[in-house]
Amino acid sequence: MYPSGKYSSRGPALIPRMKTKHRIYYITLFSVVLLGLIATGMFQFWPHSIESTADWTLDKRSVHDAPLVRLPVSSPIPERGDLSCRMHTCFDVYRCGYNPKNRIKVYIYPLQRFVDDLGVPISSTGLSREYNDLLSAISDSDFYTDDVTRACLFIPSIDVLNQNSLRIRETAQALAMLPRWDKGMNHLLFNMLPGGPPDYNTALDVPRDRALLAGGGFSTWTYRQGYDVSIPVYSPLSADVELPERQPGPRRYFILSSQTAIHREYRAELERLKEENGEALLLLDKCSNLSQGAASARKRCYKGQVYDYPQILQESSFCVVLRGARLGQAALSDVLQAGCVPVILADSYILPFSEVLDWKRASVVIPEEKLSEMYTILKSIPHRQVEEMQRQARWFWEAYFSSMKAIGLTTLQIINDRIYPYAARTYEQWNNPPVVKWSSVNSPLFLPLIPPRAPGFTAVVLTYDRVESLFRVITEISKVPSLAKLLVVWNNQNKSPPEGEKKFKCPECTAIDGLSLDQTHMVERSECINKFASVFGTMPLKVVEHRADPVLYKDDFPEKLKSFPNIGSL
Amino acid sequence: MQARKKYVLLGLCACCWLVLFYWGGGVQLRLLRLLTRQRGEVVRPWPNWTDRAFLPRYAHLDELQTDPGTAESPRQRRQAWSAIYKDSRCRMETCFDFSRCRRRGREGFRVYIYPSEKNDHVSESYRKILTSIAESRYYTSDPREACLFVLGIDTLDRDQLSGQFVPNVDERIRGYPLWNDGRNHLIFNLYSGTWPNYTEDLGFNIGQAILAKASLNTEHFRPGFDVSIPLFSKDHPQKGGERGWLVRNTIPPRRKYLLMFKGKRYLTGIGSDTRNALHHIHNGKDIVSLTTCRHGKDWEKHKDARCDHDNLEYERFDYQELLHNSTFCLVPRGRRLGSFRFLESLQAACIPVLLSNGWELPFSDVIQWNQAVIEGDERLLLQVPSTVRAVGNERVLALRQRTQMLWEAYFSSVDKIVLTTLEIIKDRVFSHISRNKYMWNSLPGGLLVLPEYSTHLAHFPFYYLGLGISPGQEFTAVIHAVSPLVSQSQPIMKLLQVVSKSKYCSQPGPDNIRLYIARFTVVFLSQTTSRFLPHVAIETEAVLSLDEDTVLLTSEVNFAFLVWRSFPERIVGYPPRSHFWDPLKRAWGYTSKWTNDYSIILTGAAFYHRYYHYLFSHYLPQSLRTLVDRTSNCEDILMNFLVSAVTHLPPIKVAQRKQYKELPSPQGTKSVPWANPEHFNQRQECVNTFANWFGYMPLVHSQFRLDPVLFKDQVSVLRKKYKDLERA
Repeated sequence: MYPSGKYSSRGPALIPRMKTKHRIYYITLFSVVLLGLIATGMFQFWPHSIESTADWTLDKRSVHDAPLVRLPVSSPIPERGDLSCRMHTCFDVYRCGYNPKNRIKVYIYPLQRFVDDLGVPISSTGLSREYNDLLSAISDSDFYTDDVTRACLFIPSIDVLNQNSLRIRETAQALAMLPRWDKGMNHLLFNMLPGGPPDYNTALDVPRDRALLAGGGFSTWTYRQGYDVSIPVYSPLSADVELPERQPGPRRYFILSSQTAIHREYRAELERLKEENGEALLLLDKCSNLSQGAASARKRCYKGQVYDYPQILQESSFCVVLRGARLGQAALSDVLQAGCVPVILADSYILPFSEVLDWKRASVVIPEEKLSEMYTILKSIPHRQVEEMQRQARWFWEAYFSSMKAIGLTTLQIINDRIYPYAARTYEQWNNPPVVKWSSVNSPLFLPLIPPRAPGFTAVVLTYDRVESLFRVITEISKVPSLAKLLVVWNNQNKSPPEGEKKFKCPECTAIDGLSLDQTHMVERSECINKFASVFGTMPLKVVEHRADPVLYKDDFPEKLKSFPNIGSL
Repeated sequence: MQARKKYVLLGLCACCWLVLFYWGGGVQLRLLRLLTRQRGEVVRPWPNWTDRAFLPRYAHLDELQTDPGTAESPRQRRQAWSAIYKDSRCRMETCFDFSRCRRRGREGFRVYIYPSEKNDHVSESYRKILTSIAESRYYTSDPREACLFVLGIDTLDRDQLSGQFVPNVDERIRGYPLWNDGRNHLIFNLYSGTWPNYTEDLGFNIGQAILAKASLNTEHFRPGFDVSIPLFSKDHPQKGGERGWLVRNTIPPRRKYLLMFKGKRYLTGIGSDTRNALHHIHNGKDIVSLTTCRHGKDWEKHKDARCDHDNLEYERFDYQELLHNSTFCLVPRGRRLGSFRFLESLQAACIPVLLSNGWELPFSDVIQWNQAVIEGDERLLLQVPSTVRAVGNERVLALRQRTQMLWEAYFSSVDKIVLTTLEIIKDRVFSHISRNKYMWNSLPGGLLVLPEYSTHLAHFPFYYLGLGISPGQEFTAVIHAVSPLVSQSQPIMKLLQVVSKSKYCSQPGPDNIRLYIARFTVVFLSQTTSRFLPHVAIETEAVLSLDEDTVLLTSEVNFAFLVWRSFPERIVGYPPRSHFWDPLKRAWGYTSKWTNDYSIILTGAAFYHRYYHYLFSHYLPQSLRTLVDRTSNCEDILMNFLVSAVTHLPPIKVAQRKQYKELPSPQGTKSVPWANPEHFNQRQECVNTFANWFGYMPLVHSQFRLDPVLFKDQVSVLRKKYKDLERA
C-alpha cells in the first residue's frame, strides 16, 4: 500500500474532477470568504464614531424613550464660568482647523434624560418644543456633523432655555458628565430666560466652565464681548399669530406701550406722558376682567376697552420695550414682527445679535433715566427715517427673530464669522433687507481713485472682416500718447486675419456701413436688452441726458489753446 | 457524494456569513444607511420625535412678562449700580456724569484741557493731541461748561524706564479740584507697563476716567467706555496727513509678494514667542518673513543660533520695497499688542494680517475691521500662508480699498485719531443722535457725517447708491443778494422768473414763488458765509446757489439739475476756475483764465446737496468763516475746498450758453467787486489759507465738461431738448 501512491493516484484524479465539476463552487466560495473578510475589515477600520449610533435615524421614537442617566450626588460640578474668557483664551481653535469651506462643524449630543440620585429629573419640563426645534434646525443645516471627532462646536441636548425650570446644581453636574465636556471647551449653551428672583441675574446661573453662552438678556457686565452671543428672547406668539407685513408709514398711534409687567414707577411716568400728549400715546395693561389663561395673554386693555395683542402693535409707529425683571423681553420680538419701531429702555442691555446687527437703524435706545423725554426724542426723528426703521425692524424679525431656527443658525453664523473672520459676512449682508440688496449698487471699485496717466490704457478692437475701417481705427488710435497696448480681436472663424504687408489692403472688402441701420439688427438688440433685463431681474441701465466733452469744447476760443481741438470734427 | 459536497459548501458559506456578522457588527446598518443616503433621504440624527407636538413650551406666556416687583425702585437700582460698577467695571451708565453734557448736540459736548504747568515736559505726540483738541470745535477754556476733561500732564508713555515718564502723577491729579475720581476725564496713553511683562498698568490710578489707549487688551477693555486708539509715532502729522499709497486698482490685484514681515525679534520676554516662530513661514519666494536680533544694547548677549543667519537674510530685502509690493503684511504683536506695522501697512494698502491675540482693535466700537484686515490667530501661524492664499481676488480688491478708506478717514493724522476718539465718546453721550455703523464704515467716513444734521441715511449726499435710492425731483434756489431791491428791471427779478419757470423748482403753492431770498441789509453785508447757512426753508436735497446778477436760462437750470441728480455728492455748475502750484512763489495760485481744466465751480450758479450748507456752517472752523466774512470774499472757494475734501473728486462743469460774468454790468448796480484787483489777490491768499487748514490741497482738477447729448452736433435743432444752450 503506498499512501503516496494512493494520494498521487487520487490527487490527480480529484483535481481534474474538481476542475470539471466543482471548481466553480470552490472559487466562488473562496472569493466570497475573501471579499467578506476584506469588507468586514474595511468597515471595522473606517473612521466613524461610536456615539452616532444610527438606530435613531431609522425608527420614530418618543422623547420618553431617550436613555435615562442617573447623576451620582458626588458627581463633579463645573466652575462658575470665567468672565475673562475670550475666543483666544477659552476656545480650542485647533478643533476648527483650516477648512476650505470656512464652515464650523457642530455636533449635537444625543438626547438623555438626566435624573438625580432619587430619580427626580433635573428639569421640570425636560426638552421643550423650542429647544427641540432649535436642535433639529441645526441638525438639518450645513453646520451639522455626526462625527464627534471632527466637530468644532458641541451643543448639549440638555435644555437650559429657561432657568426657572432647572435645578441649577444638577444641571451643572449633567453638563460635566457629557463625554466631551473637557471644562466646557467649545460647548455652546442656549439660554433665553436667565436668573431668578429676586435679583434676576443677567446670565444663566448654571455653572458652566468655559462654555460659550448664547443668552437672551445679557447686561454689559455679564456679556463677554467677542465670546458670548446675545440672542433674542423667543416669543411663542411668533408661531401662533400671523401678522402680515404692513407698508411702512404713519400709523394711528405714535407711541404704544403694551407690556404688562412694568415697574410701577415707570408706569406712572408713562401715565404722565400720556396726560401731556393725549391721543398720540396708547398705554395698555392687563385686562382685569378676563380670566387667566392663554387667551388673556393675547388681550390688552385700556380703561375697559379691549385690544387684541399683538395685532394692536401694528397700529403704532413706536412701541415701548421697557426692562422688566429681566433685561431681555419677548415683547421685542412681537414689536419687530409688527413692524413697529422698538423704543428700548433697558440700561446696560446688550441687544440681540448686536455684534452684527446695526440696531441704530431699527430702534431707538433711550436711557431709562430719560423716559420722561421720550416723546420729544421720538418727535425729532424725521418721518422718512421712521419708515426706514419700520422696514428694518420687520426685516430683523423675519431674518433673525421669527423662529428658533433663525435664532439658532444666526448664532452659529456669528461664531463662524469669528473663527473664519476672513470669510465673514459683511455689514450689508447682515443689515440690508432684500429690497435694498436688490436695488443698491455696491461697486467692487468703490474707492474714488483718479488713476495716474502714466500706465496708459489698452485698446481692444473687435473686428469681423471690415479691414479698411479697422485700419482707420488703428491709425487714429495709435496716435494717442497714452496708448499702452492695442489688442485686435478677430471675430471671424471663416477667415484668417490679414498678415504682413498686405494686412490693410483688402480690395474685396467693401465697407458694409449701415449695418446698424439694418432693421432686424435693431430688433435683435432690443430682444437682447429684454433678455438681459429679465436675467438681471431689474433694468440696471440708467438714462442720462449728458455726455462728457473737453472743457473748452466748441467754445469761441482759439483752437490752438485747446487740449483736445479735434474732438467732434469727424 | 454530490449532495454531501453541496452540504459542505452550504455550511462553509453559512460559516462565512456568521463570521462576517460577528466581526462586522453593524455592517448591515451601515449598508442600510448608505442605501438610504443614496436614495436621497436626509440623515437626521436629531430624531423627529413622534410626540413633538406634545412637548411643553419653554416658558409660559406669563413667565415671559415677569413683574419686576415693587421692592427696588429703578432710581435706587441705578444708584446702587454706580456704587458697584466702578473702576475696572466702569460703564457710561455708572462712571460718567451725563448731567455735565446736558445741552444738546455740539453745544453740550465741550472739552476742557487742564493748563500745563511750567516745568512739565510734554512729548511731541501729546502736544499734537492737545493741539488737536484745542483747535477742534469742541474745545472750551471754561471748565464749568465742559463735559469732558483732558489732563495737561503727558500720560502717553507710562514705561518707567522711558525718558518721557512723568512721575508722581497720582499725587498731582488727586490735587486737582475737578478730578472727582476721574469722572468725565479722558486719559490718552500709548505705552503702558515695562520690561519684561509690559502689563496694562499705567502707574497711577485712573479711577473712573475713560481710557483712550493703544494696545488695549480685550480683557481690560471696558466695552462701551474705553476707546482703543492706534499706536502712532511722534512724526505722525498733525493735520491732513499723507494719502494712502493706492493710486489705482490693478486687476488681478495680487502683487509680487503674497505676504511679508520685516521687523525685530525678541530673544526674551513677552511677545517673543510669536516673533520667534515667524521664520517658519518664510519661503524666500512669495512669502518673505524676516526678523533681526540686532536691536537694543546688548543683543549679542542673548543671541541664539538663528540670529546670524536671520540678520543676513534681513539685510537682503528693503522694507519699503516689500511694503509696496506685497499683497498682505503680517502685523504680529510686539512687546505690546499694537505695533507701528499696523498703520504702516494700512497706509500702504498692504492688507494687514494680524497676529495679536486679545488686541482690541483701534476704534473697534465703530469700525468693522473684518472688512479691512485678516484677523489671524497667533496659535495658528502655520495656517496663515494657506489662509491668505485662499482669499479670493475679489476680496483682496475690497479689503485693499477699505484699508485706504479707513486710513484716510480715521488714521492719517493726529487730528483724525483724536477727533475720532472724541466723536465716539460724543456718540455715546448723545446715543439717540449718533451715527450708525453704516455711516462709520462707508465713504466719506464718520468724521464728515454730523448726526446733529440728521441720523437718516437718505438725508446725506453719499449713500444714494448704497441704499438703492435717488435724490429728490426738486430743488431750492438760494440767491445771494447784496443790493437793495429798488426797481423791477434789476437782474435779480429776471433771475427769479427764470428759475421759478423750471419745473424742478420746489413750488408748493401756485402763487407762492418758493424762493428763499437772502435779503442782506447793510448789517448783513459782512456776513458772506450766511449764504451757506442751513436755513430751515431749504427742504429739498438739492440747492441751487445763485448770485443776484447771474444770467441763466431756464433750460440751463434744468439741465444742470439733471446732471446733479447723477452726481449728488459733488458741486455741479457753470462758472469754472482753477488752482495751480506756483513754484516761484512756492505757494498755491488761483486763476480765472480760460484753461483746459478746472478745479473750482463758483457758487454763483451751482447745484449741490443741502448737507454741504450744514458742513460749511458746523464742520469748518470759526477762523475760516471769519476770514470769509471779514473780506466778503472766498466763500465759494471754501465751499469747493470742503466738497472736494469730502469726496476726493473734482466738481462738475456743465455746458453753458454764455461765459459767466462777461456781460457789461447793468446800470443801477454798484461797481462789481471782482473788477477790483485786490479782490483777486485776496482769493489767492484764501486758497493758501484754506490749504493750510486742511493740511493738504483737497482741490482736484478735471478736464471734462458735461454737455447735453446732442450739444452742437450736426443734427436738426428740432431734435435737441436743450437747443437754447446753443444759441450764441
